[in-house]
Amino acid sequence: MELVNLAVKSIFIDNMVFAYFLGMCSFLAVSKKVSTALGLGAAVIFVLSVTAPTNWLLNEYILKEGALAWAGPTFATVDLSFLRFIMFIAVIAAMVQLVEMIVEKFAPALYGALGIFLPLIAVNCAILGGSLFMAQRDYTIAEATVYGFGSGVGFFLAMVALAAIREKLKYSNVPDGLKGLGITMLITGLMGIAFMSFMGIDL
Amino acid sequence: MSTETAQASVKQAEPLLSKRRRKFISDPLVDNNPITIQVLGICSALAVTTQLQPTLVMAISVIFVMVMANLTISLLRNAIPSRVRIIVQLAVIASLVTLVNEVLKAFAFDMYKELSVFVGLIITNCIVMGRLEAFALGNKPYDSILDGFGSALGYAWIILAVAFFRELLGSGSVFGVQIYDAISGLFGEGFSLATNGLMVSPVGAFIILGLIIWVQRTKTGYVEH
Repeated sequence: MELVNLAVKSIFIDNMVFAYFLGMCSFLAVSKKVSTALGLGAAVIFVLSVTAPTNWLLNEYILKEGALAWAGPTFATVDLSFLRFIMFIAVIAAMVQLVEMIVEKFAPALYGALGIFLPLIAVNCAILGGSLFMAQRDYTIAEATVYGFGSGVGFFLAMVALAAIREKLKYSNVPDGLKGLGITMLITGLMGIAFMSFMGIDL
Repeated sequence: MSTETAQASVKQAEPLLSKRRRKFISDPLVDNNPITIQVLGICSALAVTTQLQPTLVMAISVIFVMVMANLTISLLRNAIPSRVRIIVQLAVIASLVTLVNEVLKAFAFDMYKELSVFVGLIITNCIVMGRLEAFALGNKPYDSILDGFGSALGYAWIILAVAFFRELLGSGSVFGVQIYDAISGLFGEGFSLATNGLMVSPVGAFIILGLIIWVQRTKTGYVEH
């Protein structure tokens, strides 16, 4: 039950995009068509649900203060947490490389459509943010996995919804200065208001 | 031989802040602003901007990281094989951000707590990565420093502008100094300005940034198709 709560919380209430502004770069750039948004969203879900538990293991057994106790008493007091950023980003970059190879092999059309944004998942703040939040909040490994997956789904939902709105937006007459990024920011704000209504839910 | 030395002396004679170099700094401020025109680095731009003070710390951190990362990559540019350049860039940025994080932890612990994971997220700030990729990999160290400084300044003034409006409208203060209370005081009893809670929430950031982009693009005449 705890885990279900956490999942609902990470999808709706602590939505990566609307509550923490994470992953905005790809959120804004790839949300022009629903089909590409679906593809990138799925890739993000996958990368997040894999990197969160991997980074959890890394944090728990290597980086945390006293985490190296298994290697012998001399290491019991070693604190490597300052290496967190570098290690996390290395894991993420490796995972993204893996996803890129899988997508290229099995879905070449999607690979072409995503273009530069697939490798850029590595620098998608939502992924690194997921790992950092997970480490900061002292989740267990089950919670970390659920949190990673939930955040991914939240990002996926937000992006697909925005893409659907932007497809309709093509037919409306937007002032020149607002075209593109400007109107998208305003729409995101309005969607954020809708998502705020989930905040009252006490889990 | 003589022409070569002449060329070399011409190159050396280029002033420290020649017109071409000033452009590296002035261009990203308005015409080619990393946030409003190129749509990079929005993530961290919005998360910390509820108050001006953490925003300023964030802006200074980004300026430091960008200048140093551009310098490092530019010095290494001939030694980095293009296949592994992304990893090398990430490693350089991550090391610099770790440095910033440790300094904040040591000398400004409250600020460190307040910014929490968002200092770490400078690593994934697309502006840093983008400038390394587009500029530092192919240019000399000094030019790269200027370019990094310019882009970081362009980023800094936008997030400071967003933070100014969010703090003023959301908390009624500027840099922690209460403005609304002072104004209410002028009008005596029973008069008070209401703060807008929406501005403190993420929604306010999206809308303010949207409006800033509108104003800025209308001025520069940039239209996205």
